[in-house]
Amino acid sequence: MTDQPVDAQRRRFLTGTATVLGGIGAGFTAVPFVASFQPSARAKAIGAPVDVDIGKLEPGQRLIQKWRGKPVWIVRRTPEMLENLKKFEAGVLRDPESDKSIQPGYAKNVWRSEKPEYLVLVGVCTHLGCSPNFVPEPGAPGMGGVWNGGFFCPCHGSKFDLAGRVYMGVPAPMNLEVPPYQFVSDTKLIIGADKEHAA
Amino acid sequence: MNALVRNLTALRDWVDERFPLIQWWDDHLGKYYAPKNFNIWYYFGVLSIVVFAIQIVTGIWLVMNYKPDATMAFASVEYIMRDVDWGWLIRYLHSSGASAFFIVIYLHMFRALLYGSYKKPRELLWILGMLLYLSLMAEAFMGYLLPWGQMSFWGAQVIISLFGAIPVIGDGLSTLIRGDYVVSDITLNRFFSLHVIALPLALVGLVFLHIIALHEVGSNNPDGVEIKKHKDANGKPLDGIPFHPYYTVKDSAGIVVFLMLFSVVVFFAPEMGGYFLEANNFIPADSMKTPEHIAPVWYFTPFYSILRANTVNFLWLDAKVWGVTFMGLGVMVLFLLPWLDRSPVKSIRYRGWLYKIALMIFVISFVILGILGVLPVNDARTAVAQVCTVLYFLFFLLMPIYTKLDKTRPVPDRVTM
Repeated sequence: MTDQPVDAQRRRFLTGTATVLGGIGAGFTAVPFVASFQPSARAKAIGAPVDVDIGKLEPGQRLIQKWRGKPVWIVRRTPEMLENLKKFEAGVLRDPESDKSIQPGYAKNVWRSEKPEYLVLVGVCTHLGCSPNFVPEPGAPGMGGVWNGGFFCPCHGSKFDLAGRVYMGVPAPMNLEVPPYQFVSDTKLIIGADKEHAA
Repeated sequence: MNALVRNLTALRDWVDERFPLIQWWDDHLGKYYAPKNFNIWYYFGVLSIVVFAIQIVTGIWLVMNYKPDATMAFASVEYIMRDVDWGWLIRYLHSSGASAFFIVIYLHMFRALLYGSYKKPRELLWILGMLLYLSLMAEAFMGYLLPWGQMSFWGAQVIISLFGAIPVIGDGLSTLIRGDYVVSDITLNRFFSLHVIALPLALVGLVFLHIIALHEVGSNNPDGVEIKKHKDANGKPLDGIPFHPYYTVKDSAGIVVFLMLFSVVVFFAPEMGGYFLEANNFIPADSMKTPEHIAPVWYFTPFYSILRANTVNFLWLDAKVWGVTFMGLGVMVLFLLPWLDRSPVKSIRYRGWLYKIALMIFVISFVILGILGVLPVNDARTAVAQVCTVLYFLFFLLMPIYTKLDKTRPVPDRVTM
């Protein structure tokens, strides 16, 4: 032990720099641990487009196809269903023009689809990710005031019309998402790729 | 016999020379003085330790046969139920234990509301308890994914999506939690790791800190008076009795009663009519189809109702963000309790009618929110949930006012029995 008095200032400086440097080191060490929570290379790779045969889909029916682990719906709408989409009064739908919703350019119209007859939607509620039920009958019991047929989310009561447009006064903030898709023939559809989005 | 006692005593002394054995025993049991006027509400602390022990032991055994793999998880749980000797009992103990844990914790927390146990000098004790409650919620939520049934899957999907509502970072954060763009095998695997290693470790640590903090400030009691104020010549509280043997014996009786009730559930109603184990969870997870009616397990439903009650966009944020915000605030506001309560007295026995009415309204709102949370939504129920949500928050927001205005009665100097 030395007899010299303790240099408090020097000691504070050393403690301070050691703490700061140690903290920086701990921060960098945390990076791999946090980053390993990200989707792995394998999880990222499973995103390829899928082909769907819609030849057997009857008018009024819905088909469910898995794409990137999520349900994608293809609904073949009847002329009455399409007619009903235009019947909404102002204030019933939250985003009737789909301005704040996610869809490719060719689906930003009243049908929210490339061909009016075929509706393609990601079947995941924009609220908290449940998959809504298909309730196509207008005025179905339990659906409340205006109901022209559509989708009802059992989790938190969000309602969507037959173009996936969200109603007012429900928790979901946006219309259901339309994925990129394209028709390769009259009966065959590719989901996940189109002219705008390469696969 | 004498030789045996002599040898055991020698062993104890040998250890005590090398480890603070007797000191620890005295500090926390033999000479830890607890108020002599504990009533039935004071069983739930020790009962939560009992349930925790049940969960740890049954959990260790379950992991021996469970497979954290999306293709095998559901089948491995059924394997435990059908083919493993006594597997059904171990699994039912664990699943019923989860609900029992929340029952005793909610009663334990209600006790704090009754007798002001969070008030000075027990603020830190309360905060540690709230951290335990948060960890327990995370532990329960992650454990519920493991059977990989429909409710496991869709419950996780909804709760993880809650984080997606946070502006800007939300989407990235929920992807980070899942480790995938949807709830998948990757999510299951990491929840397994957190459920069996990380959170139990955190819980053990927090329980330790909670008890150390309790023993530092001493237990509150139904009169809300500090027994340390009146000590005898030896420095022992006049109204205190040593935890051991008095409360160890008394608690043993409480534990026996608890285990009797718990056994009734485990043996005769382990599913509890779909409230402890939901019917839809006996269907393997299907990412393509949400069950017709989904609800979280009962212990989360009050907060789930608050989430669903937010259906209006206001300010520049939409209803989804508000729902998540209020749900989060509903839990977090409890942390502030020690500073919201301005009453000069702790116990409800000496508080005025304002606090009594407020507490009653709060409990009723909480229970109604809980009941609504398991029911499907409709317009009328949403309206009721909205009223109860407002009442729930008013209990806290107005607390500084009504606890100050409240006409309290004089608190006795010593405990009453």
